[in-house]
Amino acid sequence: MQILPILSTLRRHKVTAVLIVLEIALTCAIVCNAVFLISQRLQRMDMPSGVAMHELVQVQVSTIGSQPDARARTQEDLAALRRIPGVQAVTLASQVPFTNSSSNTSIELAPTQTQPTLNATLYFGENVPQTFGTRLVAGRYFNADEYVDFEIANNNPKAIPQSSLVVIITRALGQRLWPGENPLGKTIYLGDLTPLRVVGVVAGLIRPSLFWGDNTAQWSLILPLRMTVGQGASYVLRTAPQDRQRVIKAAIAALKKLDPKRVITEKRTLDDVRAEFFQGDRAMTSLLFGVIVALLLVTGLGIVGLASFWVAQRRRTIGVRRALGATRADILHYFQTENFLLATIGIVLGMLLAYGINLLLMLHYELPRMPWMYFPVGALALWLIGQLAVLGPALRASHVPPVVATRTV
Amino acid sequence: MFAYYLDLALHSLKRNPVLTALMVLAIALGIGASMTTLTVLHVLSGDPLPGRSAHIYYPQIDPADMNGYQPGGEPADQFTWIDGMNLLHAQRADRQALMTGGSVPIQPTQANLDPFYTDARYTTADFFPMFGVPFEYGSAWTAADDEHRTRVAVISRKLNDKLFGGHDSVGQTIRVNDADLRIVGVLDAWRPNPHFYDLYQGTYAEQEDVFVPLTASRDLKLALNGSTDCWGKSTGNQRMLEQASCTWLQFWVQLDTPAQAVAYKQFLVHYSQEQKALGRFQRPPNVRLRDVMQWLAFKKVVPGDVRLQTWLAFGFLLVCLVNTVGLMLAKFLRRSGEIGVRRALGAARRAVFEQLLVEAALVGTAGGIGGLLLALLGLWLVRLQPADYAKLAHLDPMMLGVTFALAIGAALLAGLLPAWRACRVAPALQLKGN
Repeated sequence: MQILPILSTLRRHKVTAVLIVLEIALTCAIVCNAVFLISQRLQRMDMPSGVAMHELVQVQVSTIGSQPDARARTQEDLAALRRIPGVQAVTLASQVPFTNSSSNTSIELAPTQTQPTLNATLYFGENVPQTFGTRLVAGRYFNADEYVDFEIANNNPKAIPQSSLVVIITRALGQRLWPGENPLGKTIYLGDLTPLRVVGVVAGLIRPSLFWGDNTAQWSLILPLRMTVGQGASYVLRTAPQDRQRVIKAAIAALKKLDPKRVITEKRTLDDVRAEFFQGDRAMTSLLFGVIVALLLVTGLGIVGLASFWVAQRRRTIGVRRALGATRADILHYFQTENFLLATIGIVLGMLLAYGINLLLMLHYELPRMPWMYFPVGALALWLIGQLAVLGPALRASHVPPVVATRTV
Repeated sequence: MFAYYLDLALHSLKRNPVLTALMVLAIALGIGASMTTLTVLHVLSGDPLPGRSAHIYYPQIDPADMNGYQPGGEPADQFTWIDGMNLLHAQRADRQALMTGGSVPIQPTQANLDPFYTDARYTTADFFPMFGVPFEYGSAWTAADDEHRTRVAVISRKLNDKLFGGHDSVGQTIRVNDADLRIVGVLDAWRPNPHFYDLYQGTYAEQEDVFVPLTASRDLKLALNGSTDCWGKSTGNQRMLEQASCTWLQFWVQLDTPAQAVAYKQFLVHYSQEQKALGRFQRPPNVRLRDVMQWLAFKKVVPGDVRLQTWLAFGFLLVCLVNTVGLMLAKFLRRSGEIGVRRALGAARRAVFEQLLVEAALVGTAGGIGGLLLALLGLWLVRLQPADYAKLAHLDPMMLGVTFALAIGAALLAGLLPAWRACRVAPALQLKGN
């Protein structure tokens, strides 16, 4: 294709050419970053929980006034819930993943430390890991005789017997505390300097809230403390995915039957809890997608407009070229090449701009560096939009009859 | 002259309906997107107490032990019971209130209503006059009620509507967690945004339905909601928080003059020194005293996503403007012949320039109307979102004005370069060409 005549024509229409290049560059830069942001959000929404997400339901009950004999009430509740057909496991858990409410503690590796090593979430409740469906990768779950009542431990941590000072941690937490070592048998100290020996490691267990950043999402501990109703604890039941709604209804009926005065404060599947947790990310993803579409549309229409103007302006030149023997395909290719050239300059500028915007976002939004593979995505989109947009005007140009050359207007 | 230009502009715009529509659409899309996000940003970063917020301060002191101490670090963002009560009783500010949040079961006496849980605030008497809380019926409780741990309550208008059908319920009782509280006041509509006095309830949380004296709430063992931060041997057991090394209370003061604010900060330093001398505090004095807007800025209440969306929308507007500049240039230059004739007939360059700008402004106005409709649609979509701030996204008269100013300003800006280029057309050349 003849590049030189195109370049010399463009030099005579500098302002318009610069505007097209600028628009393509801006669009390319924004589209690259928006696609990257979308991928980040999708990745976040896909965050592993470490629990049997599709098999769990949460039912929380609250007693008005003080609960007489909470321990017996809890045991009765648990027995009734276990009897519901289809229920595989039940626990009264201190907290539930993705509920945005959590109990956390600082952790130290030595009792003499002046700065805590890190901050992690505490999960309590009898058989929590078994019910949640965490995967044990080393050591063991708690033995029945290791469990202590939460009430006792909370009132006086000194009253916890030595044999119960054990803890199950996640693999991520083990790797963070003792990089490259086996965490089994090691000791950690909670904020109040209670020493705990690691007896089990699970593949993962997500914290209920992620205030401390997504990179600490898996820093969780499980303690052998038995919960009683109240104290913000929830019943968590495990069942087959298709039975979840039925089990929720049956659980509420069973709990109401045992004590009709109670108020059900939560009844939902863990999938629903998770969907609510990530609703902001989902909204942002669709918004970014909308912006990408709108941007490409506006840019495309802009190119259509300018290309039409150009074709109208050069009707005579086109006519002369046709009269001198240029074929329709030649004229078509001329405008297509011109657009490709402008788009390419725009894309190169756009890449630089995209990189700059990414640096700014990294500074203000704790975003990682954009991988290079996002650049071709933007480039391809812009080339495609440019070619599609110019096709109509270019076709019209190719239909300009040679006879135009002989007319004065 | 202006009317004539307007007439010319209308004519010209009608001649190329597609190009005109493209320009209007581009401006409308850009303005619509920018105004939607700008309105959300405007609503979210608003002043929760207009006219008052500059005199309301949130003090901070540093009561924690040496574990995790870093010189120059930020002190605790809430108070322990002991410090909160000490500062409350010191009465060094014009007004002061100590408070925390919770959730309580309401047991309606009506048979057709089941017991339900609702949000509550446990606070002290000055809360209401300090924040300028409006009352529909009755009034706030008094400092004496705080002292005597009186079982009284102030309820929201919403709860009063639900339980008492909106009638004056002052003097009646409301049953909360198996205890009877005497209603002394019913609030009028009041929803400060953000929920500045306790951000742990959710930054844009709704107003609480029940207000109970802090002292009485402890007697009634009402459950707490929010953040409890403990150190040392304290476990955060809700029943033992009065003695615990835990921060779980918010403390707000009203200081009417800047001099008082300086003096209060000094008082906080003295208090910290005194507590250190007594052996209660271990860290050197480290105090802060931020007013409402400073506190909100420090706590970064506006969600990062909303800021990002605003930047995104303005990037989009920029693309739309570049697009419009290109289209206007095409449009104006296409009329070089006509402009040449007008210039040859004696029109000054300035007159041609003005005429073209009028045309640009007309496009801007049309784009503004389109943008306004799109912004209304955008805000409606925002309100459909489940985030707790979403419901607040409404266009106010000020933002309506900003929409049109932005649209016309943007269109004029976009029209400057094309109009300048077009009015420099050499008349002789054009006439010869024709």
